[in-house]
Amino acid sequence: MSNTFCIYSEDQPGVLSRVAALIYRRGYNIISIAAGPTEIKGVSRYTLVFDGEESTYDQVQKQLQKLAEVISVRNLTREGNTVERYLKLIKVKAPVSKRPSIFQTAEVFRCRVVDIGADTISFEVTGSESKVEACLAALEPYGIVETAGSGQVSLARSGLKSNKDK
Amino acid sequence: MGEKLTGAQILVKSLEAEKVSTIFGLPGGQVIPLYNALYDAKFNNILVRHEQAAAHAADGYSRASERAGVCIATSGPGATNLVTGIATAYMDSVPLVAITGQVPVTVLGTDAFQEADIIGGTMSFIKHSLQIHNPNDIPAVIKKAFYIASTGRPGPVLVDLPSNVQTAEGEFVWPRKLALPGYHPDELNNLDKLDEAVSSLEKAKRPVIYAGGGVLRSHASKQLSAIAKQLNAPVVTTLMGKGSLPESHPHVLGMAGMHGTPVSNRALQAADVILAIGTRLSDRTTGSAESFAPKAKIIHIDRDPAEVDKRIVTDIWLIGDAGKILGTLSKALTAKIPERKEWYTFLDKIKKKEPMPQQAFPGAVTPWQVLETLNEVTKGDITLTTEVGQHQMWAAQYFRVEEPNHFITSGGLGAMGFGFPAAMGAHFARPDRPVVCIAGDGSFMMNIQELDTCARYNIPVKVFVFNNSCLGMVRQWQELFYDNRYSSTLYPRDPDFVKIAEGMGASGLRVEKPEQVEGAIEKALKIDGPVVVDFKIPQEACVFPMVPSGGCISDMIFSK
Repeated sequence: MSNTFCIYSEDQPGVLSRVAALIYRRGYNIISIAAGPTEIKGVSRYTLVFDGEESTYDQVQKQLQKLAEVISVRNLTREGNTVERYLKLIKVKAPVSKRPSIFQTAEVFRCRVVDIGADTISFEVTGSESKVEACLAALEPYGIVETAGSGQVSLARSGLKSNKDK
Repeated sequence: MGEKLTGAQILVKSLEAEKVSTIFGLPGGQVIPLYNALYDAKFNNILVRHEQAAAHAADGYSRASERAGVCIATSGPGATNLVTGIATAYMDSVPLVAITGQVPVTVLGTDAFQEADIIGGTMSFIKHSLQIHNPNDIPAVIKKAFYIASTGRPGPVLVDLPSNVQTAEGEFVWPRKLALPGYHPDELNNLDKLDEAVSSLEKAKRPVIYAGGGVLRSHASKQLSAIAKQLNAPVVTTLMGKGSLPESHPHVLGMAGMHGTPVSNRALQAADVILAIGTRLSDRTTGSAESFAPKAKIIHIDRDPAEVDKRIVTDIWLIGDAGKILGTLSKALTAKIPERKEWYTFLDKIKKKEPMPQQAFPGAVTPWQVLETLNEVTKGDITLTTEVGQHQMWAAQYFRVEEPNHFITSGGLGAMGFGFPAAMGAHFARPDRPVVCIAGDGSFMMNIQELDTCARYNIPVKVFVFNNSCLGMVRQWQELFYDNRYSSTLYPRDPDFVKIAEGMGASGLRVEKPEQVEGAIEKALKIDGPVVVDFKIPQEACVFPMVPSGGCISDMIFSK
């Protein structure tokens, strides 16, 4: 099973390369990586998903922690209870005759229209990986022209006290 | 406002602020401004013949002095020539600061002449790397580089300095504090399992202390000695841990592992508790992980949490500085420690039954004869460096090291060409101590050009070449495991090492008979300057005992 890591680091050039190189060096493939600034100035956050053996996750976490610019590393999968989201942009072939049914399909997945052209419509869909994949599959019959996807982004859930007590 | 200086001058001032005493390097196009500033530097600036030697020399300096060594190279090929030296320092946790020139910032990434992405190239075997774009950042970056290299688990740090930053003007302001939000090596302490460790050690019947290079890096020899005495436990070392206790110490069983002493390997396999200190538990010492120390509870002390359970899953681990942890452990141990008669009788029996095996070569000079004579002549009071291969293992087996950092060798990377330049570095670190480099004919040829450097600066390194006209360790594997098929290992002719030495401005001696050995060693040590002694040894000499790669360390081969 793949694990999701959340990495906070100094916002310096090359941190992404170091993180990627470290995982590559151990022979694993990164499934998804998403990086961006955080609420703290000069600090970046990476959400990184990779598929390894159970025993290697701790080792990789400790190796990542050793990078001088890395401030903290958390294994969100191991901590459990996280919100995970993907975003996908999907451009579908859309002759006028088929538009009503395309819109109907898109509605099911709460897609937003981000662009309409003469022959195509582009949708934005967000959600879990399975929802995004299902949306893609549902639009497939109309003809997918191109897609672009973000990596996974994740946050640990805080939970509500009353929920915990139940 | 302070005085306006060039970036190159700021760099030199920063190195002076770090109290650098010697640097090793070789100039080139993108470091001409830097070398212009080095012309006025207050420290030694040693001009080598090849950048790889500069890196190894800085490494040797560091290992002998326990202060970060510094090497300098130009961009592109100069920088890539440092790579082996950087990887060597990384594998053996040696503090090293490598400074490389780089093409101007304005042409970075355009495949400019002599451009190489050296930060990218070294990324997976370096502790940290920094590129400077503003001359005012130089002092903080240099301070950071030395701090990161020398603290926590030490390692190499690269500073890449584009040439336009060397010529640009700025100010020298030495920072008081460094902003390192993600680097707090002193906070990495975890003694949660101390009680468990204490109770295991107090209950142990057949304990073994397993000392690695981390004991030397943490300056924990005294504490190691104290705990060995307190626990009344025998001590085995790794190759890197050699010298962590005086090897004449009655508790020391010698090096363990692939070419370790039989008693060390058998002790580990029979132990009920192993206290492993400052070691990666590498495959060269433990053999196969599955078969290692089957009866033992392993207590692992290390600075680096990532070493815990990396190769060998241990039972108890303690994270932090080895010296401090051993001190804490020592105080916490209160139970009366037994005499361990049975355990020591068992070990003594092995020592008698299985001494170090030696092949017989009547009338020939043998590696063990040279090393044992060197022991006698010097009483071990020298710094010994080695190249990599058979001679390295013989040196580890037969040369007795009495003090920390007197034995310098490339352990993790196993880089041929390391020992001779490292010996040069060791000389500058400790000019009062004689330095001998034990080399093979194969390894010595990899950085032999530095004889010229030794001659120019009159660096009195003595190179003892164990000349068997072949790449001996590979030849040994071919003999033992590849049906005597000596593919690309035998040299049909020898370089004339005596003439090369003389041609380079050093002295050369040749030893072909056992009766010449002692005289030649004494003569070499007396000569004031670099000396090469060409010891002709039998090609058939093998390093025994030997544990085949991936085998169990109790399955030792003692002869062909």
